[in-house]
Amino acid sequence: MNISTSLKTLLSITMVMSLSFSANAHRAWILPSTTNLSGDAPWVSFDAAVSNSLFIPEHVPLRMKGLVIQDPTGKNIDAENPHTGKFKTTFDLNLVTPGTYRIGYASGGLRATWKDENGKRKMWPARGKTAKDGEFATAVPKEADALLVAQSFRRLETFVTSGEPTENTFKPTNSGLELIPVTHPNDLFAGETAKFKFLFEGLPAANAKLSIVAGNMRYRNQQNQLDLVTDADGFVNITWPEAGMYLLEAEFEDDKAIAPATVRKGSYGATFEVLPE
Amino acid sequence: MNRKTLFNLSLLSALVVSNLSYAADSKLVMEVDIPRFNVAEYHKPYVAIWLEDSKRKATQLELWYDLDMKDNEGEKWLKDIRQWWRRVGRKAEQPFDGVTSATKGPGTHKVSMALNSKQFANLPAGEYQLRIEASREVGGKEVINIPLTWPPKATNFPLTALGKTELGKINIVLVND
Repeated sequence: MNISTSLKTLLSITMVMSLSFSANAHRAWILPSTTNLSGDAPWVSFDAAVSNSLFIPEHVPLRMKGLVIQDPTGKNIDAENPHTGKFKTTFDLNLVTPGTYRIGYASGGLRATWKDENGKRKMWPARGKTAKDGEFATAVPKEADALLVAQSFRRLETFVTSGEPTENTFKPTNSGLELIPVTHPNDLFAGETAKFKFLFEGLPAANAKLSIVAGNMRYRNQQNQLDLVTDADGFVNITWPEAGMYLLEAEFEDDKAIAPATVRKGSYGATFEVLPE
Repeated sequence: MNRKTLFNLSLLSALVVSNLSYAADSKLVMEVDIPRFNVAEYHKPYVAIWLEDSKRKATQLELWYDLDMKDNEGEKWLKDIRQWWRRVGRKAEQPFDGVTSATKGPGTHKVSMALNSKQFANLPAGEYQLRIEASREVGGKEVINIPLTWPPKATNFPLTALGKTELGKINIVLVND
């Protein structure tokens, strides 16, 4: 199995976060300064980071490496003015072509966890390291206590639109866990219900677990997390309680893996802006 | 023929005509009040006026924005007329010819819209919302919705509404000269 190079950076960061991100409050996010734009070739600024509190950069930055930006025609374009600081990476995007842009990371590959003969917890790839599938045979023991080998996929993204929203950038890649909009992600309003479909490896992702949290967490005492589950066809309806920036995270897991893996896992994260009605 | 019959006939012909085409001088005259703010930094609001049918299909009537800025810089803020941008602006052909004008300051502004104009002439009969939205830089936003039955009937006018923040009194009369 090939690991997409574009995701290696993100993988290494998620390794820092921990293998199971649900057990850890650290969240990865890409935050656009605004999501709906007018005028000729407008600009958007982005922050990308991993943090506990949304959307406060206070842990580690996401890196520019592996970031893929698709313009409304599906063509990859470059970010401008990239800078990686202590807590966040920032970059700008000039929306020269009207329509909807996708900005994100996507990766996947084999991962393993086990306990060695001393009962010590091990993982491959090791923290901060990038997995090379070719090294799997030598790096991971054939048998070990609590050995778990997974095909693991991760995707993180956000969308911005200049002028009229378009759908060309929503074409599924059929790799890992993906969100396919029914409601356009740049047409979300407080009090309205948005419908999305989730795919895993190109097929409807039933029972994917979603958590949705609004930003500005520092200024409230409760997280007010929305917990939702996709239906048998992978659909989910989300009624936005109020306007704001939201992080949607989704996880999917099944046992239809190809050996040596025994489970397949997909995680998805996206930042959405919900506007006041 | 007595006077009453004559009157009834003319009323009938007026009704028939109003369903086919409008007299050249029939118009909706709308007065839009923009309040004065005692603030250090005041910018005239961007204002959009449009009609929405029950399926939210929109008909653009008026758009007041900074249309004279260098490099069309004024279009950058059109998205801030948020509901209009969602329902009309982002789908519209640009530039917004024919319905646009410069922003207007505090005071009462009169807008006259002929019923035989391009926007109204082919408007299907039905129930509409007349929507007036104002968005002011470093200020607030407000939308006023006024139910309107088309074609307009004299007995339904004047239509009035009162804004709370960014818009003042709205008054619409039907003029059949």
